[in-house]
Amino acid sequence: MTATAEGTTFASGTASDPAMAKHDMTLTLRIWRQKGPRDKGRMVTYQVEDISPDMSFLEMLDVLNEKLILAGDDPVVFDHDCREGICGSCGLMINGTAHGRGTSGGPTTTCQLHMRKFKDGDTIDIEPWRATAFPVIKDLSVDRSALDRIIQSGGYISAPTGTAPEAHSILVPKKDSDAAFDAATCIGCGACVAACPNASSMLFTAAKVSHLGLVPQGQPERNDRVVNMVAQQDREGFGGCTNIGECSAACPKGISMENISRLNHDLLGALRAGARPKS
Amino acid sequence: MPLDLFSVGDPIADTKAPRDVPIGERWSTRRFRARLVNPANRRKLTVIVVGTGLAGGSAAATLGEAGYKVKNFWFHDSPRRAHSVAAQGGINAAKNYRNDGDSVHRLFYDTVKGGDFRSREDNVHRLAEVSVSIIDQCVAQGVPFAREYGGLLDNRSFGGAQVSRTFYARGQTGQQLLYGAYQALERQMAAGTVEQFARHEMLDLVIVDGRARGIVARDLITGEVSTHFADAVVLATGGYSNVFYLSTNAKGSNATAIWRAHKRGAYFANPCYTQIHPTCIPVKGDYQSKLTLMSESLRNDGRVWVPKERGDTRDPREIPESERDYYLERIYPAFGNLVPRDIASRQAKNVCDEGRGVGPGGLGVYLDFGDAMQRLGRPAIEAKYGNLFDMYAQITGEDPYETPMRIYPAVHYTMGGLWVDYDLQSTIPGMFVIGEANFSDHGANRLGASALMQGLADGYFVLPNTINDYLADGPFEKVDDSHPAAVEALQAVQGRVQKLLSINGNRTPASFHRELGRLMWDLCGMERSDEGLRKALDRIPEIRHEFWTNLKVSGDQDTINPTLEHAGRVADFIELAELMCVDALHRNESCGGHFRAESQTPEGEALRDDENYAYVAAWEWTPEGAPPVLHREALEYEYVHLAQRSYK
Repeated sequence: MTATAEGTTFASGTASDPAMAKHDMTLTLRIWRQKGPRDKGRMVTYQVEDISPDMSFLEMLDVLNEKLILAGDDPVVFDHDCREGICGSCGLMINGTAHGRGTSGGPTTTCQLHMRKFKDGDTIDIEPWRATAFPVIKDLSVDRSALDRIIQSGGYISAPTGTAPEAHSILVPKKDSDAAFDAATCIGCGACVAACPNASSMLFTAAKVSHLGLVPQGQPERNDRVVNMVAQQDREGFGGCTNIGECSAACPKGISMENISRLNHDLLGALRAGARPKS
Repeated sequence: MPLDLFSVGDPIADTKAPRDVPIGERWSTRRFRARLVNPANRRKLTVIVVGTGLAGGSAAATLGEAGYKVKNFWFHDSPRRAHSVAAQGGINAAKNYRNDGDSVHRLFYDTVKGGDFRSREDNVHRLAEVSVSIIDQCVAQGVPFAREYGGLLDNRSFGGAQVSRTFYARGQTGQQLLYGAYQALERQMAAGTVEQFARHEMLDLVIVDGRARGIVARDLITGEVSTHFADAVVLATGGYSNVFYLSTNAKGSNATAIWRAHKRGAYFANPCYTQIHPTCIPVKGDYQSKLTLMSESLRNDGRVWVPKERGDTRDPREIPESERDYYLERIYPAFGNLVPRDIASRQAKNVCDEGRGVGPGGLGVYLDFGDAMQRLGRPAIEAKYGNLFDMYAQITGEDPYETPMRIYPAVHYTMGGLWVDYDLQSTIPGMFVIGEANFSDHGANRLGASALMQGLADGYFVLPNTINDYLADGPFEKVDDSHPAAVEALQAVQGRVQKLLSINGNRTPASFHRELGRLMWDLCGMERSDEGLRKALDRIPEIRHEFWTNLKVSGDQDTINPTLEHAGRVADFIELAELMCVDALHRNESCGGHFRAESQTPEGEALRDDENYAYVAAWEWTPEGAPPVLHREALEYEYVHLAQRSYK
């Protein structure tokens, strides 16, 4: 362990395995540290050594945190859970890109980013999602409950348990069902908001409006759903959508901009039909 | 069995299933006989639900819809993060849409047999009955299941089933079902029937006058520990696979809620029944933080093999057909690569033990799509498994279209859990346990696509009916913070948090967790032996002692502190691990996922001992280091006759 000007150097402790040692990397990490919502926050530099290219990005942070704990320092707080790219918990700005860039250069989740994407000696900037509607809780962890409130405002089909008809009583064309599925794969990670220069949640909202608007079961509430969800994202302090497309480029699930067009189409139709948001 | 490991108490039995009527009428009879709560009275009754996965989310939403006041607790930031989201393969239902001979009775039969005759017939039959309503409910919510060109729902055969009864949404069925429940739950939150407690972790149960009346929870953001009260408590907190450290569970999945409830008097049933999933990506290094499952739907088209010769390190593509051993097809000609999970896992271990494993450390077997690519073409394989192949490439850096995947078994699911009766009520009146957290439906082995079925069955259809019978006696006497039981529970939790922070030793929670996990994997994993389990039972108390004297947790109590959370969970895993080993040692037979080296057929298959072990082992906690007490629930098979499982 060696101290640097602002931080400390840590080794992962796996160097004893020769198979792994031959590719191991030393990296400089510049990490956003912020004690709480009211703290100003700052970038702090750490060095990590013996990082295997097979590690995931979060495993690399685990190595750093283990050493920080033993040194009696506060480990870096970040959200994570499934570590298989589906729960939507993790989300870091890595070198200015939401979740970093995955194996094929395309979008990924942070947990599915592996260290083989980096080179020995690299410096990596790690920051939280930055958006007014996502206040920082601590370090790299932000409050994304605004996304849940958008769902609460209309992102559902009202079908109380036990009221459902036999599943085959309503046919759904495969084309519609597949398109609904593509929209429904959104994991609610918030990368779209973090990537957007306006910090807009439009892709998130549009994914749900599309999913439910594409299936027959979602038709009765379709107009109210879209006006209420759009009103709620405004209330939460998300920015407006100006069709830049950074959201879709950063989306680990490949949610397409087509969903935003569909939302705008639905919104216009709903407003013309007289639908107005609940106040 | 030496008496110092456990003692034997009175037998227990389920008293709620109406066994005076035939099995097909028991669920409707129970619903009719259970008392109801007048809709106007429901809003006077409060129910705490802990967890928001398929079971907890669906239960909280459904109870809210019914008009109860629900308080819902979860430790993630959003209910949509619960680990049900990661389930890939599908959900079973006895719809018989394929006209291939499926029926409620066949799903019931398959599940009892698949569970190796260690589950309760009444519960399993109900699960099979309810399965058909789950699909209807999810479709009504807009869950985008896979469909055929005519607009009807598609099905597939899955995990050793000979009928096509598995409904799916590409490789993300759990995600889509969870979002259905999550959306129903958010709707109730907007309606004000469900109060939300995000980022709260349950750390104890409050029992007043013999009834579960509340919980102690820690706000993970502010660190504040507080008590919350209700007329009934529902635990839907998932399984305990992370006792092994490396598993396919999420990093946060833990046993703390059920373990604290166990220490307050809830019996823990069959803790040693764990499921090892055969198709996971092998371990790479010491830093590994979790294992990733590859859906076993891959076994529909992939062929499992290892080299015939041990120590053959050639590139798999250079090994000719004649020098490959497709061992599952060889040993089980009828089921081939589709044998149930426990069998596929154990055979993988066997060939690796013989020195024929592949990849780093020899802990892997090939899952080869070469034949399927030739037969169906690459586009068909991409359409079916594209997301799984991408995931594999991302994690391993290898292209599975070019070279066979390497897979190895990993802990995936725990069939054991808190003991519940037919009403899903634990041995503590007023505390109900649903989903993976209970023990009730899968016996000693769970079939593929049955976990989603059970979670949603419990949450949407079973609990919301059975809990009424208990709540009909309420509302119970008002309880608040000043009640001695609440004060005691609160102080116990605060004291424990203080203790974890004050040890100030030299080892992190993760280092203890890794050590415990490796011990459990080696000695209480795919194969257990008398000698190994005794070794584990010698070692675990030493780990526990070191934990409480040499733990290091940095940071404070009154802020977000993931190290502190982890430390509390590891402390509970250590205690649970000991009970798992006692249970595994006492059950001197092999059944399902529990394979005892001493109990196998000449061909090396699991050998049950129905004469001595056809029972549920329900363990009672005893304080002050006294050994646990075993309560046996006899299992009787009226409808499915006991037979040795054969998949040859």
